[in-house]
Amino acid sequence: MSASSRSFVRTFGPQIGVTILLAVLLSVFMIASPQTFLGARIYLSFLSTIPFTTLLALGLTFCVAAGEMDLSFPSVMAISGLAFASVFTACGSAALGVAAALATGVLAGLLNGFLVVGVGVPSIIATIGTQFFWRGAAIVLADGLALNLVDVRETATYDLLVGRLFGVIPAHSLWCLGLTVVLWYVMHRHVFGDALLFVGDNYRAAKMMGVAVNRARYGLFMFMGGLSAFVAVLICLEMANWWPTQGEGYLLLVFASVFIGGTSVFGGKATIYGTVVGSIIIGIIEAGIIAAGLAGFWTRLVYGLIIIVSVSVHALVLKTKRE
Amino acid sequence: MADTNPAVPLVALRRICKSFHGAAALCDIDFCLYPGEVVALLGDNGAGKSTLVKILSGVITADSGEMRIKGEAADIRRFTVKAARGLGVETVHQDRSLGEKQPLWRNVFMGRHRTNRLGFIDVARERAETLDILHGRLGLRGPGLNADAEVGVLSGGERQGLAIGRAMHFQADIVILDEPTTALSLTEVGKVLEFIGQVRAEGKACLFVSHNMAHAYMAADRFFLLDRGACIGQYAKSELSQEGLLRALMDAASGRVGA
Repeated sequence: MSASSRSFVRTFGPQIGVTILLAVLLSVFMIASPQTFLGARIYLSFLSTIPFTTLLALGLTFCVAAGEMDLSFPSVMAISGLAFASVFTACGSAALGVAAALATGVLAGLLNGFLVVGVGVPSIIATIGTQFFWRGAAIVLADGLALNLVDVRETATYDLLVGRLFGVIPAHSLWCLGLTVVLWYVMHRHVFGDALLFVGDNYRAAKMMGVAVNRARYGLFMFMGGLSAFVAVLICLEMANWWPTQGEGYLLLVFASVFIGGTSVFGGKATIYGTVVGSIIIGIIEAGIIAAGLAGFWTRLVYGLIIIVSVSVHALVLKTKRE
Repeated sequence: MADTNPAVPLVALRRICKSFHGAAALCDIDFCLYPGEVVALLGDNGAGKSTLVKILSGVITADSGEMRIKGEAADIRRFTVKAARGLGVETVHQDRSLGEKQPLWRNVFMGRHRTNRLGFIDVARERAETLDILHGRLGLRGPGLNADAEVGVLSGGERQGLAIGRAMHFQADIVILDEPTTALSLTEVGKVLEFIGQVRAEGKACLFVSHNMAHAYMAADRFFLLDRGACIGQYAKSELSQEGLLRALMDAASGRVGA
């Protein structure tokens, strides 16, 4: 291998690996269940389910790149979704509900930021606390009951955020695509992403060289909170419902998407492309298994296998083994 | 004492004090740095060298005292890294302060990217300037050595070169080098000393922190000796041989043992 092709593999190894994995999975599914995977319907259904995971995983990619964790986002989704549902139910404006949800999410992120940056609690621990707190707050405030939001389907906000373009393409898949592009630029071309990469790579150096490390970390948690709130709104609209355990199932799937994608847990490196492909892989496995005629019980086992294999390949390609 | 230069000092510190958790790290430091001068900051571990360097580079702020940069009074409470750079103070820290997993261009512009009003980075321009530094200033050429290479692929000397090249690139008037020759090969040390000579020739000033007495004696015009947070003397090179300098430091150290 020449020097340039070696550096290409070194730089883009994770992206190449995850792309091959997706291609292999899709091929297997197409061979195992051609009726399902060679038609358009399953892909349209993916377009309505996968964007939620993708968007959350993109947010978490920023956290991991900065060497931080956020375990609280499923609960931030619940409390922000509740803010949306309550405001909409009270005054009938979905747009106002969206604003309330985003404000709630950003404030919840501000609390995480304060605990991590201001008080100095490691983020993985601080967000275990806020994860319980916001879930508990949502359940207490809603008396443990779900809220029906059927009327929201009549609003312009609904059409704008989760309506079906030409009657088929879910609007939130386009929002997801647009945000992916924007977030690539923020990560790789904006000073915010740059500051996070340096915080994750060498915090001391970043501080010495005048990077606004604390501002970047506060911004990170507020960004993650706002993004979680946005996804919560999308789910409330799509399901026309809010329920107290909303978001709970996403925690491990979102983490899996980020790490299958090849973003390193050691911080300082991130791949937006890898995360998107990782979330697609996570999103198609269940349908693929069921379409192949296996029982749904198999889903978790296959998730596990794919995660183990892909993170092992990343570790080998990036040589993270400690000698 | 050697402080008789008639020019306006580039850096003038008066009665600078700094303590950490009640323990004094620096006490009543008076220090001047003149154009075209190289001063070596010497002292044992814990003497306060790093504290002084960090105050001058804006990483930490002094508790009290006065600070003038190029004749202008600076607010010691607001003397941040950004403020220091704005006044022409560039620092090469002991640990080189590089992000190993980041490309060279990000490292060169760390903390001060060339951006548009929205904060987006002009990557093409930063890459071009980085190549200028690599080829022009450092004379580094080789396969795989481009603006997108990661710092992790550089040798220790190349990293030190990059950190110094970065400081030079931003037109510093005052260059602070903290232990720049530690862990370098002989030729690399030669390059660093050559760079210091270049700073002097351009009429700029350099503050040079070192444990290596031979390097310090070779590079500096004046020696500023610290011990336990206080200045214990400063000497011009003409006043003192390298042995004399070593003796002055040893006396300070033995005084500490005796006390």
